[in-house]
Amino acid sequence: MKLVSAFLIGLVFGTGIVLSGMANPAKVIGFFDVAGSWDPSLIFVMLAAMLTAMIGYRFVLRNSRPVFEREFNLPGNKVIDAPLVLGSTAFGIGWGISGFCPGGAIPALGTGRIEAFIFVAAMMTGILVTRTFRNMRAQQLRAA
Amino acid sequence: MTEFTPIESTIGGILIGLAAVLLMGLHGRIAGMTGILGGIIPPLASDWAWRAAFLAGAILAPVGYMVVTGTPAPFDVPASTLGMIVGGLIVGAGVTYSSGCTSGHGVCGMARLSRRSIAATAVFMVTTFVTVYVVRHVIIL
Repeated sequence: MKLVSAFLIGLVFGTGIVLSGMANPAKVIGFFDVAGSWDPSLIFVMLAAMLTAMIGYRFVLRNSRPVFEREFNLPGNKVIDAPLVLGSTAFGIGWGISGFCPGGAIPALGTGRIEAFIFVAAMMTGILVTRTFRNMRAQQLRAA
Repeated sequence: MTEFTPIESTIGGILIGLAAVLLMGLHGRIAGMTGILGGIIPPLASDWAWRAAFLAGAILAPVGYMVVTGTPAPFDVPASTLGMIVGGLIVGAGVTYSSGCTSGHGVCGMARLSRRSIAATAVFMVTTFVTVYVVRHVIIL
């Protein structure tokens, strides 16, 4: 039941991404390219998604717990630190070069287009390498 | 380059927001692609199963689009293969450090008025505008 639910929610998410144009790099770059022929659609996506989540969260977070789990898993970190700022900067550079963000690229795999597979393979490699590097450094710091 | 689609984009945005609300209400989780995907990349998270199910649903969405509308989902890549590889590596590294991307920080975190998410979103939006300007108008990749 839990897995069916997660699958269907993923389908709703992906459908939103596809309908909105976020899975289409040309559309994303068309939004960020203000000096070209600007397509403002993405601002509608972000605002509609954020406002829907803002309103909906108010209702569901009133419950004592989520339906399938014991507790809500909410990020508690409030510190704006260097990894957050530098990581977001890097993400913006990669997004600008490729037109793909993770949430757009994963549903884009379903188009069967090779570019999406190349991007996702590179992105997963990036995640894996960064994580390995970070764990190695953490171990070195502990050893020192 | 692409048509302005305020209606489709707003409906799409509402669906993304709805998925975020459902994932919180039913599973108690933030609908952030970075976090969900991270759990199925080795070392696997103990709760990888729901993540895989969510990802499978997301990947099937363009297939559903094609079945319902009879046309493939719009898809056009105005960047080179090298751009896909370099962009992918940088995005993967970046979101690992920032612990989130457009969905996690930009939608879910902003909706919770998280200070970290507001900062992250401001930084990556500005950086993306600048990058696209540079890549499209200064040094054409």
